Amino acid sequence: MSSVRDVLARLLLDFISTVSVRLPDDVLEHLTRISKVEEPGFAGLVYEAMFRNIEVASQRRIPLCQDTGVLEFFIEVGDGFPYTADLLEAIPEAVVRATEAGFLRPNVVDPTTGRNTGNNVGPNLPWVDLRIVRGVDHANVFLYLAGGGSSRPGSARVLDPAQGLEGVVRYVLEDIAEYGPPACPPLAVGVGIGPTAEIAAVLSKRALLRPLGSKNPDPKIALLEEELVKAVNTLGIGPQGLSGKVTALAVHVEYAGRHPATVAVGVSTSCWAMRRGHLRIEKDLSARVLSHGGVKLG
Amino acid sequence: MGVLSLGRTVIRLPASDEDILKLEVGDVIYVDGIVVTARDAVHRRFLVDGVPLPVDLRGLAIFHAGPVMVRQGGRWRCVSIGPTTSERMEPYEHDFIARTGVKLVIGKGGMGSKTAEACRRYGAAYTIFPGGCGALGAEAVEEVLGVEWLDLGIPEALWILKVRELGPLIVTIDPRGNNLTEEVRRRARSRVDEAIHEVVGRVGRELKL
Repeated sequence: MSSVRDVLARLLLDFISTVSVRLPDDVLEHLTRISKVEEPGFAGLVYEAMFRNIEVASQRRIPLCQDTGVLEFFIEVGDGFPYTADLLEAIPEAVVRATEAGFLRPNVVDPTTGRNTGNNVGPNLPWVDLRIVRGVDHANVFLYLAGGGSSRPGSARVLDPAQGLEGVVRYVLEDIAEYGPPACPPLAVGVGIGPTAEIAAVLSKRALLRPLGSKNPDPKIALLEEELVKAVNTLGIGPQGLSGKVTALAVHVEYAGRHPATVAVGVSTSCWAMRRGHLRIEKDLSARVLSHGGVKLG
Repeated sequence: MGVLSLGRTVIRLPASDEDILKLEVGDVIYVDGIVVTARDAVHRRFLVDGVPLPVDLRGLAIFHAGPVMVRQGGRWRCVSIGPTTSERMEPYEHDFIARTGVKLVIGKGGMGSKTAEACRRYGAAYTIFPGGCGALGAEAVEEVLGVEWLDLGIPEALWILKVRELGPLIVTIDPRGNNLTEEVRRRARSRVDEAIHEVVGRVGRELKL
């Protein structure tokens, strides 16, 4: 009899390898649509390489990008899900195994020694953000592979209320204009607005977990998203910074209440190879990958 | 320049000065031969710590890349390899090119004016391999010839690779010092103020923040 932890580790290993090898359905749909809008020339050449790469990775079951990032888990467990502690223990175990199997590049460097830990586990990593939901007995596990190049535009800052909307828009657009080109555009841009830098930063990453192109339920924020994506695309950075019509696949904004004296803004970006996934684990330990159609676990 | 296969312009490495000097920004090439990975830690160990490079890079290409490598039956296999952000190497690349005689730099996102100056002075070129295409890169690796400085960790080590038709590589800095991506960036920066104005104009009445 294998323990619950073993079962969960095996599920997570399959999930991690899927996320490293294949793009989620929403990202693939967006890229396919956008590639048709771009002009031939460099943009066409880059999209051709991207789609061939997606195919080769999937056929050979290898990481579609060599930078498989550091692993961030955003977990929502129901208060009726009995295996939260097992799940938390299974995560590093699955990460080590996925690294050994070549689905993840060892990326975690201990900053106190400068040494690569060799297995993607290190101080506070993999990162886990846990929320508990009442009245539910399953767990939703969202995984985000945060690559170095695509995380490089990441930024957060506390602005004064006088800077207001213009300050926030300036912060986002200057960041993308300056740091977007080498971050493997077309990018997905997450923006967080809130009272403090770290709340804005976390919200900006949570914004990237939403299905690509989904709208914020608040129509005023949805309008901001719509105008920001148009604005980013007028920058003309294009795929791989070689110029083109589409620099952003989407801009998503999430927000929290702010302090009377602060307007904090955070930006997180994903490269075109947006590797994230959503695994739902039931109380009986059956599981499905909701982000990637047609994946069989186990 | 090189051989043509399937209509592709292929440069053999080590490259002759002549092959490289012909390159112009916007050219699309593929490379055959020896490519050596070198990114942040290699540049720092060589140029800041002053440790001599264990590989003679004259006429070769360096690849700003940290591959996924697995060891099977005593041999290294390249699972996935693609470019990392070249801009991080901008503080070092001029001196790196000057001191090693490397002829091609492969990366992503473009490089700045110091690197462009080195390309002009030493007859080198910088090219972009489409980022995120690690599976495509690995397909072009025929053999892992060796590894040096593995103590830096797998992503940072110097991997000596034999490649076949690695590409597409888009020349964005040529041996005349022309720089294609700098131009794209300059235009993006100059567009920012107007774009802010447009967003605030359309959203400002609805949303105050």
